[in-house]
Amino acid sequence: MSAAHTDDNPAKLAEQHIRPNTGDGPVMLQVSDLHMAYGAIRALHGVDLTVRQGQIVTLIGCNGAGKSTTLRSISGMCKPQRGKITLEGREILGLPSHAMVRLGMAHSPEGRGIFANLTVEENLELGAFARRDKSGIAADRERALTLFPRVRERMKQMAGTLSGGEQQMLAMARALMARPRLLLLDEPSLGLAPQIVQTIFKIIREINAAGTTVLLVEQNAHMALNIAHFGYVLEVGRIVMARPAKELAASDEVRKAYLGGH
Amino acid sequence: MKPLAEHIRAITPREAFRPVVMFVPWIVCVLVALGMHTLAPLVVDDYWVNVLRRIGVFIVAAVSLNIVNGFTGQFSMGHAGFMAIGAYIGGGVTYYGSLMLHGSVGDPSFQTHGVLLMLGGVAAAGCVAAGAGYVVGLPSLRLRGDYLAIVTLGFGEIIRVLLELTTKQLYTREEVTLGALFKLPLNGPTGFERIPGYASVFWIFLFASITCLIAYRVKQSSSGRAFLSIREDEIAARAMGVNLTKYKVRAFVLAAFFGGVAGALYAHTGVNPSPTDAGFQRSFDIIIMVVLGGLGSISGSVLAAIILIALPELLRDLQQYRLIVYALLLIIMMLVRPQGLFGVREIWDFFGKKNRPTSKEESNP
Ligand SMILES: Nc1ncnc2c1ncn2[C@@H]1O[C@H](COP(=O)(O)OP(=O)(O)O)[C@@H](O)[C@H]1O
Ligand SMILES: [Mg+2]
Repeated sequence: MSAAHTDDNPAKLAEQHIRPNTGDGPVMLQVSDLHMAYGAIRALHGVDLTVRQGQIVTLIGCNGAGKSTTLRSISGMCKPQRGKITLEGREILGLPSHAMVRLGMAHSPEGRGIFANLTVEENLELGAFARRDKSGIAADRERALTLFPRVRERMKQMAGTLSGGEQQMLAMARALMARPRLLLLDEPSLGLAPQIVQTIFKIIREINAAGTTVLLVEQNAHMALNIAHFGYVLEVGRIVMARPAKELAASDEVRKAYLGGH
Repeated sequence: MKPLAEHIRAITPREAFRPVVMFVPWIVCVLVALGMHTLAPLVVDDYWVNVLRRIGVFIVAAVSLNIVNGFTGQFSMGHAGFMAIGAYIGGGVTYYGSLMLHGSVGDPSFQTHGVLLMLGGVAAAGCVAAGAGYVVGLPSLRLRGDYLAIVTLGFGEIIRVLLELTTKQLYTREEVTLGALFKLPLNGPTGFERIPGYASVFWIFLFASITCLIAYRVKQSSSGRAFLSIREDEIAARAMGVNLTKYKVRAFVLAAFFGGVAGALYAHTGVNPSPTDAGFQRSFDIIIMVVLGGLGSISGSVLAAIILIALPELLRDLQQYRLIVYALLLIIMMLVRPQGLFGVREIWDFFGKKNRPTSKEESNP
């Protein structure tokens, strides 16, 4: 698929295309040598990635590359067979998913996962499920609703009756209700009109500017690389490229394979 | 020192009357029960007073099953099993308690003590059923959908068979020894007889309204939110930090507790609890109430229990055709309102304009 396959020597390939995520901030999330299989189907063959505090890091790749599996492994939704994951220096691999939320990680799953038969307001309340600080929750709710005014207008409405874009906004607002230090977003632009996608990405940037570190999984490589600091390219369960997002967007390989060759 | 204004704000009327406000719902429960108890005999005959008691028992059963099948979306088909456990425990406490303390069962001079025995029996029934709920729930709630349904169905049938294996009932104080009680003298397939009918309209509706109140509070609580989120989407619920096993088991134990309470009350309505009370037929009856009322709707379960118990009585004149009419009405109901009478919502949600959840389709992208 990608031009990365033109080079046969893996070591040389790695040297050429994979660079460490060096930046100013301390390491927030470190994933090393992650192997994950669903029964006989092997989805990840040793994924390494680093997310530094304050960054937007994006993980791009085609359908079935293992992007969602990577996020699910990080947030404890599935159990990888091998590897190591640390969040702010602490080993988290093997912890149950409900513990992750309390450690400051929020996962907005693929397909949004909104609670269709509950109201928008109830969805937001569930976002703060793991918290008990009432005043903090109220403040974060206000913050989330300021970011997503469309969500505020629909508080009493059943979430299932929202449009796709509004559902995505709700999913993100709900994730923010957990006051995460690390936000995992799985394809927030999926199936949305270009204009809504613009809005969503603008808000991701605002969330990041307000201090939340973001790991963004996307098929829309153009938009993702545009807002990210660092990018990883995943192909059939392996990281094949890792570079600062601007360089990645400018590289021939990525332009050919993911940006439509322009 | 806090500024004065802050102190004044802290003593809002609601705070000042907090202890009173806190008891209001419970007092309402007592008043409902008292009202029903005094009014019922004035309005209807004895036969219908008995129907009313049955309705109250099934309100407790349906509302409690709704916590698992409705709020949490886990399809349990063994609720009659918990109810039967409650019936035998509750009935057993009153019957053998009376026999041991007084030498006979149902003596009018022993009434006050008897009622106290019944209340103890109800509490014991709830606790034992809750324990059974925990034992069944912990392993089986890892199963999904159909499998959970089959396991819970099996649980009810196991209880039914175990009850059939119990030994002959004891009728005199002399026979009642610790050793004899240990052999569970619950009268096997014949059914446990001569339990005094202490569960008057008052007691039954007291427990029914308390069950509704607690179920409503649970629905509004953070546990309730967790239950609903599990029903809606397990993956998303986990992403919110909901511990699936913990909350599923919690729902199961709560439901089993009140199922046991319903059974204990049932045993004191002048019936002979028998092993068939644990069977799937009875479980289905309760499931139909929950589904008809709306999965997740407490007021829906209440209304459905009233309709489904009263309807066959009202249709008595139709004789052998009444079961056909009953079934037809159910089918029509499910075709017209597949989500049940009230869906997930409560009856008052359909009146209060302010809180009504809108469901209009949005036109914008
Ligand atoms: N629940 C599952 N059971 C079995 N295989 C799965 C499951 N989820 C994903 N896979 C497989 O794992 C691989 C990676 O999937 P996924 O992580 O969803 O990719 P992406 O998110 O990049 O599209 C695919 O081959 C997919 O078919
Ligand atoms: Mg995916």
